[in-house]
Amino acid sequence: MATPIQRLEVTLDTELESVDLAENIVMRVAEAAGFDQDEVHKLGMAVREGVVNAYNYGNAQDRQKKILLTVEFEQDQMVVHIVDEGNGFQLEDVADPLAEENLLRTSGRGIFLMKAFTDELAVRRGPTGGADLIMCKKLPGPKAGGCG
Amino acid sequence: MPLQGTCREVGDIAVIDFSGRITLGEGSAMLRKTIRDLISNGRKKILLNLADVDYIDSSGIGELVGAYTSVRSADGELKLVYLTKRVRDIIQITRLFTVFDVQPDETAAVRSFR
Repeated sequence: MATPIQRLEVTLDTELESVDLAENIVMRVAEAAGFDQDEVHKLGMAVREGVVNAYNYGNAQDRQKKILLTVEFEQDQMVVHIVDEGNGFQLEDVADPLAEENLLRTSGRGIFLMKAFTDELAVRRGPTGGADLIMCKKLPGPKAGGCG
Repeated sequence: MPLQGTCREVGDIAVIDFSGRITLGEGSAMLRKTIRDLISNGRKKILLNLADVDYIDSSGIGELVGAYTSVRSADGELKLVYLTKRVRDIIQITRLFTVFDVQPDETAAVRSFR
């Protein structure tokens, strides 16, 4: 039987292909961790949205910059970090896409979807000042700890 | 699978049968171009068949919203039909059922155009 992954760290280039790559990596890890297909899909989507955020807004599509993806298991939950090299942001500064005045906007739903598809979402300051998006998902089972 | 779309006519309605994923990059660009071409060809009644679209991300949703507003600005109508569960769930949680006219089947959709 293969040794289960405890921590996986991947450095991604700031390019569109990294979005699919990150999503696929996390989905494989989630499958191996025992999540059902629906939860695997949701985790994949959340990570996709996070990496798109890092690509578009954090790193502003600058190919010189990198995106760090980390997946780890702690206290019966899966924790994903997506760190960019931008200027960081605050979750409370993100407009509510469900507000009437924002429904016809063509962007701004990524953070909302990340929250919808994970148990907890937080943003911290990364080591170079960019955003460290932290997503937590309780492992299949009864126990869970806090996020980040 | 990258997004693909084929156009057919039902009376004066342009029906686009999409298949694949509507995501950031080729998928959303393809959707945008399809709508832009239809509008520039003077099409006022557009039905998007999403039966074979199994995945949409926030960028794809943004393109659908953009398509809706573009068609509306051109005094046209854009409707959706045959949403898969995953696409339906995304449109549901983003409150876009209050924006999009989603029809249950093609017959009902065709009847619903002005």
